[in-house]
Amino acid sequence: MGILNKLDNSVEQFESGNIIITSMDKLLNWSRLSSMWQMFFGLACCAIEMMATSASHYDLDRFGIIPRPSPRHVDIILISGTVTLKMATRIKRLYDEMPAPKYILSMGSCANCGGPYWEHGYHVLKGIDRIIPVDVYVPGCPPRPEALLEGLIKLQERIRNQSLAKHIA
Amino acid sequence: MEINEIYNKLKSVFGEGIGELKTDLPVRPFFFADASKIDAVALFLRDEESMQFDNLSCLSGVDYDKDNLAVVYHLCSYALGHQLVVKCLVPKSDPKIKSVSDVWAAAEWHEREAFDLVGMIFEGNPDLRRILLPEDWEGHPLRKDYKVPEFYNGMKIPY
Ligand code: SF4
Repeated sequence: MGILNKLDNSVEQFESGNIIITSMDKLLNWSRLSSMWQMFFGLACCAIEMMATSASHYDLDRFGIIPRPSPRHVDIILISGTVTLKMATRIKRLYDEMPAPKYILSMGSCANCGGPYWEHGYHVLKGIDRIIPVDVYVPGCPPRPEALLEGLIKLQERIRNQSLAKHIA
Repeated sequence: MEINEIYNKLKSVFGEGIGELKTDLPVRPFFFADASKIDAVALFLRDEESMQFDNLSCLSGVDYDKDNLAVVYHLCSYALGHQLVVKCLVPKSDPKIKSVSDVWAAAEWHEREAFDLVGMIFEGNPDLRRILLPEDWEGHPLRKDYKVPEFYNGMKIPY
């Protein structure tokens, strides 16, 4: 009974029958964190590590993360690499097209703060958080797949602690 | 052919239009050609029996010195297996040069890149738009006097 394990001891199950009782928050959070569909795009060298993470060895699928081709389908966007100003305009637009709730994971030094282009990159946005709000930052140039997985697990934790009633900053 | 033979042949055809051959630098030997003759030189290099430079491997734009930009042509010949580097100076005050995109089709996008980043105008290029930077970008960032703007479309650029 996957759901019973995931929703921990706040779930009650009736002796007989298929009825369980839990809180709305827990159910919503559980369903959100278990199928974080991902916007299907990569930006630079970091994207290679992201692809490695999606492939069979690290297997993103087991977190319910499936790349989708349209921003209308997705819950999370992995900003995997160098964000040029030209691309930033597009990312902002894709982000605006995603239905809420939406989450952003910034992967690698470039997306976090401009990375190697911080000083002489006239064309690079020095941190994706200048245009969209970031939930989790993964440092590294590039981060290894383990680090990206750690970031995604952090994001799951964040979603698990959300509440409809309280806003979590 | 050896570089000296190629150079002498060009010199005999174009005379004053071809500058001195420089071989003592730690780069491939090169010479300057007169920018106003570059289309004729290019056509000669491609079509002349003993030259057959059928491939433009690279065309680059350079901010050369205080008053000049330069266009550098790297040529090679698959047919005869020799290579050549030609440079043209273009004054910054009036940065116009003839396009070679009708001689080597590969030049079209290379010229767009040189225009985009360094800002010379290639007369005769059929589609001289920016190729890498956004269309509404201002200025040519590989110029040495380029100042990085404070903002682009509301996004702050400096760190
Ligand atoms: S952080 Fe490093 S590896 Fe990642 S996109 Fe930037 S330069 Fe490439």
